[in-house]
Amino acid sequence: MPDFLLQTVFNASYAASYMALIAVGLVLIFGVMGVINFAHGELYMAGAYAIVFFYVWSGLPFFVAVALGLVFVGCLGILMELTLFRPLRTNPLGGLIASIGFLLILQTLAVLGFGLRNQNVPPVSQGRITVGGAFLTYERLYVIIATIGLLTALYFFLRKSKFGWALRACAQDREAAALQGISINQTARYAMFIGAALAGVAGAMTAPLVAPSPYMGHSVIVTAFIIIIVGGIGSLEGAVVAAVLYAFVHTFVTTFYDGVIANIVGLLLMLAVLVVKPQGLFGVRERA
Amino acid sequence: MPEKTSIGGAGLIGILILAVVLIAVPHLVSFSQQELLVLLTINVLVVVSYRLQTLTGEWSLAHVVMMGAGAYGSALFAKSFGFPVPLAMIAGAITAGVIATVLSFPLFRMKGFYFLIGSFAAGEILRLIWKRFTDPFGGPKGIQRIPGFPEIDLGFIHIDFYDPANYYYLVLVVVLVSLWVLYRVEKSRIGLTFHAIHWQDKLSESVGVDAFRYRMLAFVIASFFAGLAGALYAHYLSTVNPNQFDVNTMVYVLIWTIVGGTSRWYGPILGVVALTIVDEVILRSIGVDQVRPLLYGLILILAILFLPNGLESLVIKARDALRNRGGANLPNGQAVARK
Repeated sequence: MPDFLLQTVFNASYAASYMALIAVGLVLIFGVMGVINFAHGELYMAGAYAIVFFYVWSGLPFFVAVALGLVFVGCLGILMELTLFRPLRTNPLGGLIASIGFLLILQTLAVLGFGLRNQNVPPVSQGRITVGGAFLTYERLYVIIATIGLLTALYFFLRKSKFGWALRACAQDREAAALQGISINQTARYAMFIGAALAGVAGAMTAPLVAPSPYMGHSVIVTAFIIIIVGGIGSLEGAVVAAVLYAFVHTFVTTFYDGVIANIVGLLLMLAVLVVKPQGLFGVRERA
Repeated sequence: MPEKTSIGGAGLIGILILAVVLIAVPHLVSFSQQELLVLLTINVLVVVSYRLQTLTGEWSLAHVVMMGAGAYGSALFAKSFGFPVPLAMIAGAITAGVIATVLSFPLFRMKGFYFLIGSFAAGEILRLIWKRFTDPFGGPKGIQRIPGFPEIDLGFIHIDFYDPANYYYLVLVVVLVSLWVLYRVEKSRIGLTFHAIHWQDKLSESVGVDAFRYRMLAFVIASFFAGLAGALYAHYLSTVNPNQFDVNTMVYVLIWTIVGGTSRWYGPILGVVALTIVDEVILRSIGVDQVRPLLYGLILILAILFLPNGLESLVIKARDALRNRGGANLPNGQAVARK
């Protein structure tokens, strides 16, 4: 039984890691630009397909492919910012609809380029760590390490660098930040690049484990919304804590009951948090 | 926002033309398009009731699930309890209204984006319950062989509602009556209060308006009509399953409503009709099935970039232009659009 519990903890840590990457990117975009990026799940999908292209088809080393995927998806984010979110900056619902349009385009491109079927990505490593009867494959371990590394880097970037200060200023109050001489356009571009790239890395790192398909973003975006709500929109720390909380609850309930019950419990957890604390665990009051 | 309700001569002619078109249209299209027409007419009710819900400023993502509640309710009342179908439809709609009432208590503690996602969660829980519990909801396969609308046989007239053209007329009548009710609600004191809460919720609360009760009322009325639409849908397709009411469908309702525009009652209707024709008729006839979602996405982006206030802004501009041509330069009070 303890082995079984430990195994579930391993599984939950892995799920928490990549969900945290996705959710933090979503929160960053919402915080700085005030727009709900519905296409975020498709950015994750694009990251996974970057692996199919660079690693499976082109034969580059896995981690080089991940880095290329990061840059590629980050650039997709910049493209979204320039063509969609910048013209719609005063129209958040418009931004939402435009991101749905972008989602449809990305999905179709994935179907056209790679076909409908799931892609087979050969394993990167066969190794595993064994603790008692439980084990953690290296592939999953890489995801956990990448998440911790990237989120730590992001933390210091936001706290210490000049752009980090600008990003946080924009998230607090865009007009006031502009009055201080911060370029909103440039800051939004950085936020979109980072937010999209995090989703892309999540997709790239998990590609060997999930067999990418054009519609894989769908289930991820729903979970990501739940996580950022539980954490409190606009709170990066909240997103991380909520990702861990959600992944553990979801994984444990899935293990002991089934997937649908786990989804129901996850949603009930979120409603319960919202009823007790309508701004999420770490949220501040919503801006008007 | 008192609008002129009297109808001028031009308006009367317009209504007559519209009536003729609505009556004639099932005889001008192919069989598969007749089926589409039934669904489109039902969707008109879905988006117009959705707009009523958004008048208070809160956007729900549970609307399609409320439609599902009506569909499931009506199907179960008719199939398991043996209600006559017309009665089951009304009972289904009431079921949706009752569920909305219950959900209001947790949901309207939230505002804005939190309400948006909170309502999504509540709806998704309901949908997953249908999916998980085979008895009585049928699990992932849903409920099949739902009884159809009873045929009318008066000897000299025989109306069989399995024929999509006939079912279309039934749906048309139900939808038109519902639209009229929704229109009256919006123009009544209640509807004006919805607008007041949207724009100035603190101010309206300070003069004694209970914002919670009005938000709940808008949600319940909208859910009732969504439920009615769902019931019409269930007895037409004779099968309901949880996937019909998932977030994809909700996203389409959201798209139709926003692309159409929400400051006028007819905005969402323009949205759903225009986008359905573009997607199902024009894009389908080009014969590029694989890239259809891509073109649809492109159209969405272009629509929102170049018509941020929706298709209805075209109508509003055209009407203002017509009015100003007469020489009377009316103050442009009509062009105030809801954000």
